[in-house]
Amino acid sequence: MGDKGVFWLPDAMSTFAGEVDALFWFVFWTSTVLFAAVVGAKLYFMFRYKRKDETSVPEPVHESKILEMAWIVVPTVLVLFVFLWGFDVYLRMNTAPPDSYQITVRGKQWAWEFEYAEGVTTFTEMVVPVGRPVKLTMSSSDVLHSFFIPAFRVKQDIVPNRYSSVWFEATQTGEFQIFCTEYCGTTHSGMLAKVRVVSEEDFASWISEQSQDLPPEQLGAQLFAQCTACHAVDGTVKIGPALNGIFGTQQKLSDGTSVLVDENFIRESILNPAVKVAEGFQPIMPAGYSSMTPKQIDGLVAYIKSLK
Amino acid sequence: MSESASGTINYLSHDKSIKSWLLTLDHKRIGIMYLIAVSLAFLAGGILALLVRIELMAPGETIMSADAYNQAFTLHAVLMIFTFIIPAVPAVMGNFVLPLQIGAKDVAFPRLNLASFYIYVLGALIALGALLVGRVDGGWTFYTPYSTSVGDGILFVTTGVFVMGFSSILTGLNFIVTVHKMRAPGLTWNRLPLFIWSIYATAIVQVLATPVIGITMLLLFLEKFLHIGIFDPALGGDPVLFQHFFWFYSHPAVYIMILPAFGIVSDLMGTFSRHQVSGYKFVALSSVAIAFLGFLVWGHHMFVSGQSATSSVVFSLITYLIGIPTGVKVINWVSTMYKGSVQLKTPMLYAIAFLFTFSIGGFTGIMLGVLAIDIHLHDTYFVVAHFHYVMMGGNVIAALGGLHYWWPKMTGKMFNEKLGKIAAGLVFFGFNLTFFPQFIMGAQGMPRRYYDYLPEFQGYHLLSTYGSWVLGAGLFLILGYLIASLVNGKKAGLNPWGALTLEWTHTTTPPHPHNFLETPIVTRGAYDFHLAKDLFASGEEVSEVVTSTTH
Repeated sequence: MGDKGVFWLPDAMSTFAGEVDALFWFVFWTSTVLFAAVVGAKLYFMFRYKRKDETSVPEPVHESKILEMAWIVVPTVLVLFVFLWGFDVYLRMNTAPPDSYQITVRGKQWAWEFEYAEGVTTFTEMVVPVGRPVKLTMSSSDVLHSFFIPAFRVKQDIVPNRYSSVWFEATQTGEFQIFCTEYCGTTHSGMLAKVRVVSEEDFASWISEQSQDLPPEQLGAQLFAQCTACHAVDGTVKIGPALNGIFGTQQKLSDGTSVLVDENFIRESILNPAVKVAEGFQPIMPAGYSSMTPKQIDGLVAYIKSLK
Repeated sequence: MSESASGTINYLSHDKSIKSWLLTLDHKRIGIMYLIAVSLAFLAGGILALLVRIELMAPGETIMSADAYNQAFTLHAVLMIFTFIIPAVPAVMGNFVLPLQIGAKDVAFPRLNLASFYIYVLGALIALGALLVGRVDGGWTFYTPYSTSVGDGILFVTTGVFVMGFSSILTGLNFIVTVHKMRAPGLTWNRLPLFIWSIYATAIVQVLATPVIGITMLLLFLEKFLHIGIFDPALGGDPVLFQHFFWFYSHPAVYIMILPAFGIVSDLMGTFSRHQVSGYKFVALSSVAIAFLGFLVWGHHMFVSGQSATSSVVFSLITYLIGIPTGVKVINWVSTMYKGSVQLKTPMLYAIAFLFTFSIGGFTGIMLGVLAIDIHLHDTYFVVAHFHYVMMGGNVIAALGGLHYWWPKMTGKMFNEKLGKIAAGLVFFGFNLTFFPQFIMGAQGMPRRYYDYLPEFQGYHLLSTYGSWVLGAGLFLILGYLIASLVNGKKAGLNPWGALTLEWTHTTTPPHPHNFLETPIVTRGAYDFHLAKDLFASGEEVSEVVTSTTH
């Protein structure tokens, strides 16, 4: 991750992350002091008033009204203060500046897709400019997901059939982790991506590079990033079969028959994954990839062909 | 009844046939049957927890596949929450202790009480039936549309929870009526043991909240069979609506889990400090207030779900209102020991451990209630650690205290005190080692329900897994010496802890099938030890059944 941070929190890398942390530390230290007082009193009373004489029956303590009021009023004032402070920061976290750079985020089992205002799409990596507010408009094509960047202190659920959004402004360049934090099935823990924060100039040149047409094999390699949660290309068996060196071979299927791995089989496996399932695997590949364009599928076919 | 008969007959020995157990209307026997049932559920859920922790010792596959892991953590939570924690204290200790503590012969409706037990068993079996039709997947929260997309497991689980809910409602109803109508003469509301107050508050929640799970189940069925779009976005439904329904039941359910623990801790603090529980009225009435306020905070589980920002703000504010009385209770329990006469027997060790672990659960709850901080911490291990500190560090630790406290009354046998203290230490240390590292890794960003994880989190996961072994060892040790005590335990005296509540002062050990030979007449509050000095004057264990009428 590169952003180990201090003992409790990762390094703060967005404009409001520092404010969230200040609040965290305030609650943390206030709680620690009060907790120490409670535990300290408890331990002291335990030993100070330990029963020495079996016949002893202590008299009730006359309760002090002032003390009782104090331990109701003081915590009330403290929590209301913390509530208002949290409310104030929350409002800012909720209100994206109108000039934010827009990225469309799509979550699906079990990959992320980031589409930029210029029409470029990336998968395992979201590239954003430093020092500029970025607003993500997010949707899901299957189940609930949640978009979480610990370094930026942002998180938002992604719900099918409605858009949700989140915004941040990165304060330093670097690479930070993106997690899915709403349980979404078998490979939930593999639904990862990175956010790469670069300078404005690097971002502009990166976008223009991406906008050019790629040759099919490179396009396929780029698209394949969303498949790596389940498919390896180095022979490792994950949730799905490894895809290197399979082109042109006979693939045994779960119904006992076998099929030649050719262009048509790859295309069918992407569009209709449940029809022909490789032997020894579950038919759990999501149907969400059927929305790919013919050009994208050509690219993936070319890439899988090239894998040795 | 003659004196000699009262010395030999007790509720365990008067009829030992299997039939007399299965068809018993005796609240004490029903309590024992619940104890066996929920202990089995706890054992099964606990073994799953140990397997989950072993899987998480290293990133990637350790002992099971991703699918097996996902079902293991789901089943762990379903067993622990619906078949163990929710019924545990009310149904086991509530049943056994409540009529005894208020000087009644039984609960108000003994047949209904037996029916609730069998309804509970039926519900648990239906929920587990989900395993036969397919998978139980999606976490115990069963958020749609994922949970409804992986087969019909969720329909079985909600039906099972719905049926168990009936058991919960009937038990609650029974307790409410019993407390209102069957208190012994002189046992005014101000003299009630705090355990009764908390079971009473719990019963209110059981009766009012549980029907919501039935509504949710009905809606799921309507969607499944009539294709009316309610939760499923493909039919035009709204998945966030399901979360509202779910938490509208499950947040009050959190108070079904924690309020009885408050009652046990109050009783333990009073008895083992031989002192009035500080702020008695506040502790009693705040339980009832918490029971009602508990209905108004469900949205604090949904700050990042997509509910409106305004809702989130309101839910955050009300969450604090409920936090304050809870915090004040902790102060009251601590100050009960002040100028008391504190005896550190095994049950008291659990009460003291509770003050430590439950306080951490409470303070981290305040942390999670802060809108801006919750966004970062939501759905991470910080939340996992928080609710284990409340559920296990709160409910289970208190329940273990209660079990040790009432064990002599239930069985007539003393457990091994030395092993009891060692086990309490193991449970306390193991629990903290398991769950404290989870706060840190959660704050650093480790999401919950992850089969695989980034290597930098492994150190915390390892500590947590080692902790689970210590915790498991402590719990198995308890199981071992409690069972051993049945065989070779020292015979328990009438009142080994020197308590003042009726189950210790006015009944035999174990109690007579009809509880009391004569109706007790109550002349003092549950913790008015200073009014009962003569009982302790000899310095010996209090060993005489008090019958106020004959003295």
